[in-house]
Amino acid sequence: MSDIAERVKKIVIDNLGADPEKVTMEASFIEDLGADSLDTVELVMAFEEEFGCEIPDDAADTIQTVGDAVNYLTKATA
Amino acid sequence: MRRVVITGLGMVSPLGADVDTTWQRILEGRSGASRISTFEVDDLPCQIACTVPRGDGSDGTFDADRFMEPKEQRKVDDFIVFAVAAAQQALDDAGWHPETYDEQIRSGVMIGSGIGGLGGIVDAAYVLRDKGPRRISPFFIPGRLINLASGHVSIRHGLRGPNHSVVTACSTGSHAIGDASRLIMLGDADVMVAGGAESPVCRISVAGFSACRALSTGFNDRPTEGSRPYDRDRDGFVMGEGAGVVVLEELEHALRAARRSMPKSSATACRATPTTSPPPPRTATAPTAA
Repeated sequence: MSDIAERVKKIVIDNLGADPEKVTMEASFIEDLGADSLDTVELVMAFEEEFGCEIPDDAADTIQTVGDAVNYLTKATA
Repeated sequence: MRRVVITGLGMVSPLGADVDTTWQRILEGRSGASRISTFEVDDLPCQIACTVPRGDGSDGTFDADRFMEPKEQRKVDDFIVFAVAAAQQALDDAGWHPETYDEQIRSGVMIGSGIGGLGGIVDAAYVLRDKGPRRISPFFIPGRLINLASGHVSIRHGLRGPNHSVVTACSTGSHAIGDASRLIMLGDADVMVAGGAESPVCRISVAGFSACRALSTGFNDRPTEGSRPYDRDRDGFVMGEGAGVVVLEELEHALRAARRSMPKSSATACRATPTTSPPPPRTATAPTAA
């Protein structure tokens, strides 16, 4: 797993209190990891803080799974 | 007029994280006051407060994890955590865990707070100043709102009836119990979870109450002697934190429910006794006079 994926996974586990086993690339924050809509807002803020980038609201809306976040951040920090 | 009785008690206090421990320590004449150690006080006129002893739950300490998931605790100020814990205790004490919609819609919550999440507001203000508005958490507002003590209790226990809160300074908890009782008397609900919760012990709060000359300042070297209402040497109040919650029930509802299992502590005289007859003594209906 890439460095970015590891960092994303750690943030998801810490923020959502999610079971690490369930934090797969396919896992949806809301459907699979117990997040509500405000949790996902805070999650995106945590990604911004960790990766030192700004994620616009329309882009944030497309980040629904762990994999979505990894893909977005891989491009954003390239 | 429908009559109201108290069927459950819950408490998180500086003397202990439950009703029995708190009551026992009151009887022992113990004080919950100590020198404030969680923030800088050397430049404050008052340097003492009564804080809830955090711990693993042993010896009367408060283990918040027993009542609320750590991830949920992070989103709210302590007064909400205290309210959730005290409400859980009170509902367990009353044995009231409504499952059907009809039971839930007749069960409400009215837990107030005098000042709410002051500490969290200060923290967010620093974030706004130092990092800008984009760094303000989406949980900043819902974690500070006074009515969200009632809200969280409602959500956790499926209490879909009237959901209110009271803000009347030091009499908040008593007013909540009185107003919740009236909701039951008037028929708006059969059960109300009512009380007060507070977590005001932070630097700006001590500075503010000191500025209006409300706090005791002459006992910084003797914290346990600072709270002395009516005493000749009194010089102000000692700030505290915690929550006290009761379950109020319409009398007939409580008597019908007497069939259910009701674990009982022996902590107080102000308790309805639906498992006994004759009818509860006058002390049990105190809310009607509130």
